[in-house]
This record gives sequence, C-alpha cells and structure tokens, in this order.
Amino acid sequence: MPALLELEQAYTASKKDKAFLAELAMLQKTYIGRPTPLYFASRLTQELGGAKIYLKREDLAHTGAHKINNAIGQALLAKKMGKKRLIAETGAGQHGVATATGAALAGLACEIYMGSEDVARQSLNVFRMKLLGATVHEVTIGSRTLKDAINEGLRDWTTNVRTTHYVMGTVFGPHPFPLMVRDFQSVIGREARKQLFAAEGKLPAYLIACVGGGSNAMGLFHAFMDDAVGMVGVEAGGRGIAAGEHAARFAGGSIGVLQGTKSYLLQDDDGNVLGTHSVSAGLDYAAVGPEHAFLRDSGKVQYAYATDEEALAAFEQLSRTEGIIPALESSHALAEAVKLAPKLSQDEIIVINLSGRGDKDVQHVARIKGVKL
Amino acid sequence: MSRISRKFQALRREQKKAFIPYIMAGDPDISRTRDVVAVLEDCGADIIELGVPFSDPLADGPTIQAAAQRALDGGTTLHRVIDFVSSLRASTQIPIILMTYYNPVFKYGDTQFVADALSAGVDGVIIPDLPPDEAAGLIRLTRKEPFDTIFLLAPTSTDERIHKVCHASRGFIYYVSITGITGTKLALDPAIGAHIARIREASDTPIAVGFGIATPEEAAMVSQYADGVIVGSAIVKRMHERDADLRQYLRSLRAGVR
Repeated sequence: MPALLELEQAYTASKKDKAFLAELAMLQKTYIGRPTPLYFASRLTQELGGAKIYLKREDLAHTGAHKINNAIGQALLAKKMGKKRLIAETGAGQHGVATATGAALAGLACEIYMGSEDVARQSLNVFRMKLLGATVHEVTIGSRTLKDAINEGLRDWTTNVRTTHYVMGTVFGPHPFPLMVRDFQSVIGREARKQLFAAEGKLPAYLIACVGGGSNAMGLFHAFMDDAVGMVGVEAGGRGIAAGEHAARFAGGSIGVLQGTKSYLLQDDDGNVLGTHSVSAGLDYAAVGPEHAFLRDSGKVQYAYATDEEALAAFEQLSRTEGIIPALESSHALAEAVKLAPKLSQDEIIVINLSGRGDKDVQHVARIKGVKL
Repeated sequence: MSRISRKFQALRREQKKAFIPYIMAGDPDISRTRDVVAVLEDCGADIIELGVPFSDPLADGPTIQAAAQRALDGGTTLHRVIDFVSSLRASTQIPIILMTYYNPVFKYGDTQFVADALSAGVDGVIIPDLPPDEAAGLIRLTRKEPFDTIFLLAPTSTDERIHKVCHASRGFIYYVSITGITGTKLALDPAIGAHIARIREASDTPIAVGFGIATPEEAAMVSQYADGVIVGSAIVKRMHERDADLRQYLRSLRAGVR
C-alpha cells in the first residue's frame, strides 16, 4: 500500500510538472514518432463494401506497438521518483520490449516476467528484450501466460519495492495503475480525433479496438467519451465461448477480485481463476481493466469477441489488401470491422486502432498454417 | 472475546509467546491436514493458521504456491475448508485462523462467509490482498462477533498505515518481517525492534511476526520483539521433504519461541 500511495502522489504531481510534461512531449515526438498517422484503408474499405475504414497506425510507433506510450511515461516517472530498476510483465512481448526500451532510454536496470507459454510463441520479442539489456524471467507456474507473469512481477515488486518501479502494461492492477496507464495511452484518441476532423470534418460512427487488459482501447476511446460515437471493444473468443477455451471476460465471466482489481473475471464457482486461450498472447488474460467493466455496465461501450479463426482471417486480409501485417491482437479488432463495415453506409466511418505490427507473429502464424520457415 | 484473544491473554499471564504454525488445508488432501493439525497441537502450537488454496497466491513464494496447487488438484475449496474446521471442533478447541485471498471470500459472499465460518468455529481471517481500506464490509460484519480480522503491516508501513491497520485489526496484528513474499530467506531488518515499538505505541493488540522464519534461532530472535511467531513455508516444506523429523522440528521451533 505505501508504494501505491507513493506512486499516486508522484503521478499526480507529474501532471502539473511542466518540465516532466515537456520532456514527455518531446520524447513522444522525437523518439516514439508521434503523432502516428491516421490512414484511410481504401482497398479494405472497397473489399468490405460499406463504411470507410481508417486505421490509427500505432504499429508505426517506435518498437511497433502502442505499449511504448505508457512505458516511456512510466520510465520517466520512475526516474523522477529515484527508482533504479524497472520490472514488468509481458504477454505478447510488446510491453516487455517497450519497458526494456524505456529502461535503456532512462538508464535504469530492467527485468521482465513472461510466461513460458508466451516465451515459446513470441521468441523474437524475447531476443529483442535481451538486446535492449533486459533480463527475461520465464514464469513456469500456473497457466504460464500473462496472468502468471503479473503475479511474479507483483511478487518481485513486493520484495524490492524500495528500489524498483513496477511498470504495469495495461489498465489493470491496483489504483493508480488503471488511471495512469489510460492517461499515458489517451494520446492515441486525442490525435485520432484531430486527424479525423482534418481528413473528414466529422466524427466516426464507430471506434473499434481489441481488449486484453484494455490499454489500447482505453487509449483510443478516452478522447471520445463525450461524443456520440459507437465504441466496440473486441475480446479474444479463442476456440469459442461454448468450448470454454477463450478470454472473453464479458461474454463468459463474472465479477471478481484479482491482482488488486475488481472487475469481470473468468473464474469457477469457488473463486479460482480459470485458464484462458487465445491465439494472441496479448489478449490471453482472465480479467479485464476495471474501467472497461464500468463502460460495459453503463452501456457506453459494446463488447464483442472474435475467434482465433476470425482473427487469423483478418490478419491475412489486411496484409493482402493494404500491405500492412497487423499484430494478432489488433487482428481481433479488424475481424470485428469485417463484420460491421458492410452493415454501415459508405459515408459512415470506422476508426480501428491498429495497436501493433505483426512481425512478432509471423513465425507463430506460419506454425499454425503448417508452413516451415 | 475470540479464542485468539483469550489465548494471547493466557500466554501473557504466563509470560509466554504464541507459536503459530501455518499449513495449507487440503495439501495434498484433507485427511492429511487433519492428522497434521493434531501433530501441531501436540507439539505445542498455540494457534493454527490454515491456508485456503487459491489459483493466484500473490503474497506466497514457491513452497506455498506448490502447496496451493496440490490442494486445488485435490479439490479443496473455501467451502470444504470451512466444513473441515467444523468437523475439527469435535476434537479440538485450538484457535484457528483462515488465511485466504479475497476472491474466494468475495465469490462466497462476505455475509455468508462470516456466518458459515463463525458457526464452523473459525476464529479469524487473514486476507493479504484485502487492505483495511477495502474491508469495511467485512469489519462491520465481524465487529460484534468472536471473529477476528487480522491485517498486515510491513517494514515500509508509514505511521498513517500503522494507525489504520491497528484500528482495523482484532486478535493480533500481523507484522511481516521482510519486504517480500512467504518463504523468502529471512534477512531481518535491523530496525525490526523500532518498527514494532512504533506499532506498540499505536495499539495494545498483540503483534505476531511472520514471513521467512525457518529455524528455532530465527524464531527466538523474532520472539524477543513480538507476542507471537508465525512459521509457514518452512513447515510446509518439511512436511513434504523430511516428514519423519516433523515433530522434532516443530518442538524445536516451539522451544525457540519464548
């Protein structure tokens, strides 16, 4: 608790610290490469034959995903707090890479926790983290995925709290993490809103983003909360809800408390957390950020899911039609757009958060397709 | 007054300290736990802390994580642990505390949990992932009952936190000897005496120290500052690795706590 209170205090102070904000803005521009483009996907639009589709190109941010927005913010904050060491969990490896990058930039030591299941399917990112100077710890207990990596990260933080900052990668965990991560990611939506007004002079009919913990979705949605805009968060349907092999917390879960957060959770009748499955490591998580739970219950955001199969089809479709290989996580958002766009008129607009690039997934997809590289 | 408070009063009169062993309920099955409870009492345990297995034991190190997994594999749940305590009450009146994470209690329902635990003869609960700030409901439900809510303090706790935890705790206050998780090698903060003195200024409630205590020497060192000593991972490990020595080991710990 003292560590969380200390963090809350430091974070609140940083929001009014002009030097901190100026440094963050400068790094967003010159290091991360912001603003990321808002790209009109004309060939995909044509192929789907309905709403105009725009992609917010977070895949073009430094390190290849939106995760860097939050990692750089927290790395700067940790340095300001006098911490010497960053630790983080990672699922797909993008947050691990982003945190290792932030640590290198800020001159801090870095250790990353990653489930052994994810180490196997995201080996490229494991090597990237090591190149960036981080130590990667393989987590071999529990379901060996993101949830267990967070458990180990929190255990480390409990032990080394005086010297270490825990860089939570998503809008989950105890306060102030969900708030702070959302704030660092909300640059996505602020830019997209401005860019869309410049391009089209109006608001979109829908925003679509995938939801694991939910940071890229919160990042896109937050700037549109006062607008009359449809928002859809897409969870991992895995091999299907009926089969019980998925990570669709809203479709298949109930309210619970895990890792310092009360939210929707996949759990059994005795309150033990259930195993999850998704083709994408970044969505393979039993709980969801608490603000998403609020947005769902208040009806402000709709939540859908895409199965592994639908996500893989969207992965290939975007690669073929637009020359953009998306992350498997982002492919879930694309899969929802594939279903939704044909139902809308041609003067309506969908903005999809293309939260990451798919280079990290190429080997995994080849394995699934039985292609030997 | 709860059995726990009565036990501490009796010990205080005899100028003794409480030996509080921890075991995981249902590790690997309930009948083994029943046998071990009898052994613990026979070897001088004053209070028993019974772990409730959970899929994501955040505050626990590898030893108790593995014990929880064995118990879950054996089908042990919070319901079954409460039933088990109820069945124990035919043979023993030793104070029993459940150590559980919050989600199983939340899923059970706070009100139902307190009602069932009370009628089973459970004497209190420790929930490491439920700070007093979030425990108002549970505290309200138990305040007038002989059922103690025990909260944790750590070497990093501020004065404000100490006051909050002292105010919310009944039975005893759990002082975590190290910054870390259960079963970590004990690297005792040299300031432990000063930390505990700060807690004593804020409260008359007994203070028990746990996390990382594995030898009679460590138990002796810690017990000079505290009213009780909690030993968990080391006992769980011993049960699985060198069961033949268990009684002797427990008696040596008991002798260390003084």
